Amino acid sequence: MIPLSEPKEGASGKTGRWRTEKPVLNKERCTNCLLCWVYCPEGAIERTEDKVEIDYDYCKGCGVCANECARKAIVMEDE
Amino acid sequence: MNEFNPTLKGLAAKEEILMPGHRLCAGCGASIVVRQVLKATRGPTILVNATGCLEVATTIYPYTSWAAPWIHSAFENTAATASGVVAAERAFEKKGLGKRSDVIAFAGDGGTYDIGFQALSGALERGEDFLYVLYDNEAYMNTGIQRSGSTPRYAWTTTTPVGPAEMGKLEYKKPIDLIVAAHDIPYAATASPAYWRDLIVKARKGIEVEGPAFLHAISTCDRGWRHDTGETVEIMRLAVETCYFPLFEVENGEFRLTSRSKAIAKRPELKKPVSEFLKLQGRFSHLIKPENADKLEEVQKGVDRYWEKIKKLCGE
Ligand code: SF4
Ligand code: SF4
Repeated sequence: MIPLSEPKEGASGKTGRWRTEKPVLNKERCTNCLLCWVYCPEGAIERTEDKVEIDYDYCKGCGVCANECARKAIVMEDE
Repeated sequence: MNEFNPTLKGLAAKEEILMPGHRLCAGCGASIVVRQVLKATRGPTILVNATGCLEVATTIYPYTSWAAPWIHSAFENTAATASGVVAAERAFEKKGLGKRSDVIAFAGDGGTYDIGFQALSGALERGEDFLYVLYDNEAYMNTGIQRSGSTPRYAWTTTTPVGPAEMGKLEYKKPIDLIVAAHDIPYAATASPAYWRDLIVKARKGIEVEGPAFLHAISTCDRGWRHDTGETVEIMRLAVETCYFPLFEVENGEFRLTSRSKAIAKRPELKKPVSEFLKLQGRFSHLIKPENADKLEEVQKGVDRYWEKIKKLCGE
């Protein structure tokens, strides 16, 4: 068996460049519930010690996290 | 099996197998399905992937977004490829070369309802031990939104246009869950990523069960369904809340409603009109026009009929 491809983040490059809108996190409002994390299609939300963090290298700006955050801690802004 | 009680904190600590930076569209439902399913793994897992969006968008040579052993298979033979992987793993185990890995196959609706159905049915009949995950976006999205056996009646696709002569697809969606369940396999279930715990618990059951397991997840496609990328999860939630896509499982022949669908069966006033689900999607925009009220009513009746049928099977 020959492994053909190398696994890596950004197999298709820095997909953050696709964004037209950008999710911005308000850490004050965030309760670290991780709902945005479980719904992000990209896996671009990272869990840190206390709050989440958005990985702008790969976030495609879909807006799912902003829609699903019950605390309205994420808002979409123009890039 | 009953000990698996996932929390988001626990799941977030697990390694991400589908790594970011793939080429699936912004707001794609398929990647949410896959991310959630892969949070249910219990150890080394081998993935089999049919041709489709998920495959082409995650394996741009010479790289791959999969941090696990992954094998591509044609549209026709995902379940056959998975059967082969299981057989090889069994042989290794027999020879004392280590415990066999779990096997999960991912395929879309084109690769399941239509092209790969024969291989799937065969694997179910032979009792092969793997979890088959169908991510159902209700058309051939990868090749340009052509209708499939899963496309619902009146949905627009590029091969079922909307115009004076016809109004989208004229045929009905194939009842794949009931067809699969009729094979009398140990486990079959439906799921929506909006109900993440329900989906992940079901995926885990499918992995743990001995013999074939089938998980049918609804999976929005913003390009093909014509909706805002940010509404992906909302639409997959409305699919359940309107009973367009009831959540249930079939364990050793016993049907059971789960999660929100179970709550709706108990409190019917929670059931939303199907128009709530349809109106967010451009592929159904013609159904929302006043002159097509009769068609909308027909769709609502179809949903009601299906929901009653599933409820009855589930003994509700
Ligand atoms: S959903 Fe909102 S509150 Fe919860 S972790 Fe994400 S940003 Fe924070
Ligand atoms: S905008 Fe979309 S891709 Fe970006 S972090 Fe939010 S959910 Fe993930």
